[in-house]
Amino acid sequence: MHDAAVITGAHEEHHAEHPSGLKRWLFTTNHKDIGTMYLVFALAMFFVGGSMILVNRAELWEPGLQLVDPQVFNMLTTMHALVMIFGVLMPAAVGFANWMIPMMVGAPDMALPRMNNLSFWLLPFAFVLLLGTMLMPGGGPAGGWTMYPPLMLQTGAALPFVIFAVHIMGVSSVLGAINIIATILNMRAPGMTFMKLPLFVWTWLITAFLLIATMPVLAGAVTMLLTDKYFGTSFFNAAGGGDPILFQHVFWFFGHPEVYVLILPAFGIVSQILPAFSRKPLFGYTSMVYATAAIAFLSFFVWAHHMFTVGMPLAGELFFMYATMSIAVPTGVKVFNWMATMWRGSLSFETPMLFAVSFVLLFTIGGLSGLMLAITAVDFQYHDTYFVVAHFHYVLVTGTLFGLMGGAYFWLPKWTGHMYDERLGQLHFWLSVISVNVLFFPQHFLGLAGMPRRIPDYATQFTEFNQISTIGGMVFGASQLIFLYVVYKCIRGGARADDRVWEGATGLEWTLSSPPPYHSFTSAPEVR
Amino acid sequence: MSTQSAYHIPHGSHWPIVATLALFVLFGGAAVALNGLGLGTFLMGIGVAVLVYMFVGWFGTVIDESRAGLHNKQVDVSYRWGMSWFIFSEVMFFACFFGALFYARLFSVPWLGGAGTGYATHELLWSDFQAVWPLLKPPDTGLFQEAKGTIAVWQVPVLNTVVLVSSSVTIYFAHEALRRDQRTRLRNWLLVTVLLGFTFVGLQATEYVHAYQELGLTLNSGVFGAVFFMLTGFHGCHVIIGALILTVILLRCVKGHFSPNHHFAFEAAAWYWHFVDIVWICVMLFAYIL
Repeated sequence: MHDAAVITGAHEEHHAEHPSGLKRWLFTTNHKDIGTMYLVFALAMFFVGGSMILVNRAELWEPGLQLVDPQVFNMLTTMHALVMIFGVLMPAAVGFANWMIPMMVGAPDMALPRMNNLSFWLLPFAFVLLLGTMLMPGGGPAGGWTMYPPLMLQTGAALPFVIFAVHIMGVSSVLGAINIIATILNMRAPGMTFMKLPLFVWTWLITAFLLIATMPVLAGAVTMLLTDKYFGTSFFNAAGGGDPILFQHVFWFFGHPEVYVLILPAFGIVSQILPAFSRKPLFGYTSMVYATAAIAFLSFFVWAHHMFTVGMPLAGELFFMYATMSIAVPTGVKVFNWMATMWRGSLSFETPMLFAVSFVLLFTIGGLSGLMLAITAVDFQYHDTYFVVAHFHYVLVTGTLFGLMGGAYFWLPKWTGHMYDERLGQLHFWLSVISVNVLFFPQHFLGLAGMPRRIPDYATQFTEFNQISTIGGMVFGASQLIFLYVVYKCIRGGARADDRVWEGATGLEWTLSSPPPYHSFTSAPEVR
Repeated sequence: MSTQSAYHIPHGSHWPIVATLALFVLFGGAAVALNGLGLGTFLMGIGVAVLVYMFVGWFGTVIDESRAGLHNKQVDVSYRWGMSWFIFSEVMFFACFFGALFYARLFSVPWLGGAGTGYATHELLWSDFQAVWPLLKPPDTGLFQEAKGTIAVWQVPVLNTVVLVSSSVTIYFAHEALRRDQRTRLRNWLLVTVLLGFTFVGLQATEYVHAYQELGLTLNSGVFGAVFFMLTGFHGCHVIIGALILTVILLRCVKGHFSPNHHFAFEAAAWYWHFVDIVWICVMLFAYIL
């Protein structure tokens, strides 16, 4: 749609302000610097969260307790989820938004650059609070990232630290989302109408709305946990007229839109990559926009499918089952459009495209297992088993993470001005895509056979599949070191990337130099 | 969509990192304090002090830039979107507690009383529990104390409603005066608004004393007390913040800031004040009257 975008405005260097050293990063208001910090933070946290779960996968190598005691196992499971969700996938997606949205809409920077700095810097401090709890007496939180009471209320000294960490992360997300919305609504270049926006920008506009609508609800939920523990309230205590299930409702009212917060930016990235390497415009642009909006809208009415087994009126069970299944319709539209984009295109398979294609295939597996889980009756068997673990890891690892990885390879040359090492990129992809399936596919079988999640020990008949899964996990974890090296190498040097980088790439960001100037567009380009 | 030919890009600033440190010390201190260490309160004090210093400094910088004419139409629109979406996030925060209220009232309390599929629950847990709303006698009076009554609606709460709603009207008058450049009227109406705001807070404080000391209605008196004090408490905090914001705006008016067509800070404060007012009407309706 924006192939025809013709750029007139000049973009020379403008009031050159290049602070250096630590000050540059602490005081910066530059969207690229902040985007870089988000991405580096996410990458660092990726290895932190990954190492945690590799300890657990090692523990699950055979039945019985070998490496860690159950409390530590539960703590690592909890922390792995919190780190991966709030410390990796969300910050990485915000990093992409920071880097790309101003360049894609033809703006010099984000709409509220100082607030942008605040959004980022809150995160590392929140993680100091969160990760610091692991050293406290009684250990870190071990009640699962969903923090269900009454179990979560048994956390020791760590509880208020975890809750306040979540509050600070929430503030960070809401401020970041406000900034992104203001940028998209207010900073577009003349002629960049809504239906010309690149799909990545659209998905982020909708994601930002979801964040602003749901993060405050999470803040409220954890605040009630805090007051139940320390101030004598009884929101989640039946002895005072409350109900622990109330927490689950409030939490998942946040939690379900949250999973779309995690996946929609990846949808956007994949929708940028597939047309570029198919050398065809995105198929069904308009329907992609409406499907994204429909998914976001529906996400507010499906939360209780996480709670089919807790005891709900039958009408509730049925409503949430059908509402959940209806999300498959707009999602199906998207998958169809991605395939139609590739159909009869002149495809080439550089690393970004490999990640994008595997995203379409493997995310769909996760989507289909999601449909199985949506069926209330059978969910009574699947609930809290490894089937659920397999489902959401297909969605979040081979979905979101692969989308983000593809995006990193796609835009690294634009960001650094150097091509990454294609051979290593391909190696990283193939090792990842094989090992990730070795890791997660057997977990479907474990779950259907009845192995519960979040348990350090298991019955002997589950041993083989657990061992396969652990081997996959170790290889997958090790493969990511290749990615670290590729990124490092690309920043340090490599073949020069030209402005367009990929011959099929379209959009305003490719009209800027590689690497782009400090302030992207200092005067508005004209989009026709 | 932007129609500007040149953009305003603010230079780097140390205020965001100061804000981050303030929040870190404040929240970290609160967590330490909840673990029963006196150090925590001390840290919280430092956090609040740094936070105040940050607000003065950060907003001071922005005010200087605004008065130097650096804020063009586009910056103004960015601020408008920013404030609107911030208020929307606040709406969702309050929606969470209203949701808790509706859930307790429509589901958890009736179920504990035996409604729906709660028959066995009722019989086995607390068979003498009476499901009524507002819930004064919690199921387990050993763990949660019984309240003697709720706050009488048609006395101070109604008066307070009148106070807050009229403050929304007076701020509208102040805004109209600002638009017509009638500075004295602007100052007077704004002063009235601020006074009404603090009057509301004062009356609310006497109500809290009344509830705690005479009625035994506390955070600890079961789910009604919990949700009542969370709603009115968070609302009260917002009124205090709003009144402080308006005080700053009043001082700026006295210093001669704002012009009839360039006064977004005033408008943002007014939006916030109207929002606080609307939340109160919902609190009044669902936590007091119904």
